[in-house]
Amino acid sequence: MIAIRDLKKSFGSNLVLDGISLDIAQGEVVCVIGASGSGKSTLLRCINGLETYDAGDITIDGQRVDHVGHHIVAIREKVAMVFQRFNLFPHRTALENVIEGPVYVKREPREDATKKGIALLAQVGLEGKEHDYPHRLSGGQQQRVAIARALAMQPRAILFDEPTSALDPELVGEVLTVMRALAGQGMTMLVVTHEMAFAREVADRVIFIDRGRIVEQGPARAVLTAPQNERTQDFLRRVTHPL
Amino acid sequence: MAAFAWKDIAEYTPLLAQGAVITVEVFVCALVVATVLGLTWALMRVSGVPVLAGFSKGLINTVRGIPILVQLFYIYFVLPDIGIQINAFQAGFIGLGFAYSCYMAEVFRSGIEAVDPGQVEAAKSLGMGRAMTMWRVILPQAFKVALPPYGNTCIMLIKDTSQASIITVAELSFQSKVIAASTFKNAEVFTLVALFYLVLCVPLILIVGRLEKRFGRR
Repeated sequence: MIAIRDLKKSFGSNLVLDGISLDIAQGEVVCVIGASGSGKSTLLRCINGLETYDAGDITIDGQRVDHVGHHIVAIREKVAMVFQRFNLFPHRTALENVIEGPVYVKREPREDATKKGIALLAQVGLEGKEHDYPHRLSGGQQQRVAIARALAMQPRAILFDEPTSALDPELVGEVLTVMRALAGQGMTMLVVTHEMAFAREVADRVIFIDRGRIVEQGPARAVLTAPQNERTQDFLRRVTHPL
Repeated sequence: MAAFAWKDIAEYTPLLAQGAVITVEVFVCALVVATVLGLTWALMRVSGVPVLAGFSKGLINTVRGIPILVQLFYIYFVLPDIGIQINAFQAGFIGLGFAYSCYMAEVFRSGIEAVDPGQVEAAKSLGMGRAMTMWRVILPQAFKVALPPYGNTCIMLIKDTSQASIITVAELSFQSKVIAASTFKNAEVFTLVALFYLVLCVPLILIVGRLEKRFGRR
């Protein structure tokens, strides 16, 4: 569904993505791991056009990701994004955040969008919070609203950019639970994460990126418990035994 | 100094009140011009289009560098020379509005630039275009940030309407000078005028304060 061929991207003289090739099938859950600065987030941001890329090719359902106006809008309707810092609209309630895209981008009748929005908020465990503003919600609740907002666009895939990294530790679980449920329903997901337990349990495939290249990939269990590449081993050792 | 002539105050108040009405009219018209043009300059400035941004930046810096009085003279005396007929009131509010649009532009720009870039990314990722992102996401948040300096600029503007007296707009200061010149009751007249201006500013201060409270909650 998502096909990436030899993707290259630099910021100035800093080569961030150095020839990434990756295919993601419909319904697949792929976790991307790697040290900070390795290019994981940039990869995600290239997929829905938040960053331009210098060389290579990204296609989604055969549609190339470029910066022609209506192409990029079509792409973003297919591929939603959840951000590390939630990026909810602070001047709108939880429900208004969720229906913003359907009502103003997809031009759905407000009544239908509202009905669906309430159901989506319930699905992420936030019934009763529809009319709360983001600043009244905890980080975990905000991130769940952000997931509902992404789902409201009825995307074919969702990109998660370190969705739990900005959360207090005790709030990580509630977000991961929602994500696990989504994966169970067959949502195509590309998740940049440091949550190794989540990757091991939920991911169909884990990709390790180092200095802009995929150095190892395979079934979650294999990559995370018996990595072949030296750098993967080193990274996992430091993540699992920080002391 | 002669004793303060309280009884004269009653005599001058109606004339000054007429001036105050014109002051408010000039203020409201100038504020509309300043707000609409100011928002336009600010949007051009942040548009990312070099020609528009450059034009806006050049204009703002030029206009800010010229005294408002000189701009008023220019509009009132030079425009008729090139065939544009304009009366003192129109010249007054257009000149003040234009001059203030450049201060407003900077107020709006600072508000727009204070909005977290993540907000733009979230809007983009929902498929919003630039215009919708500006209207639905950035401006409502920028408004809140820009409100206190906007209110401050409004208060400066209402006082600067007095500069229109120089091109014969019969507003509050103009009337006060006329009365003072013919009666020599300087202390009474100018004290009264100062009070008039204060009274005009109070509702503005209250309105802005109330808006800040209302939008500051989230």
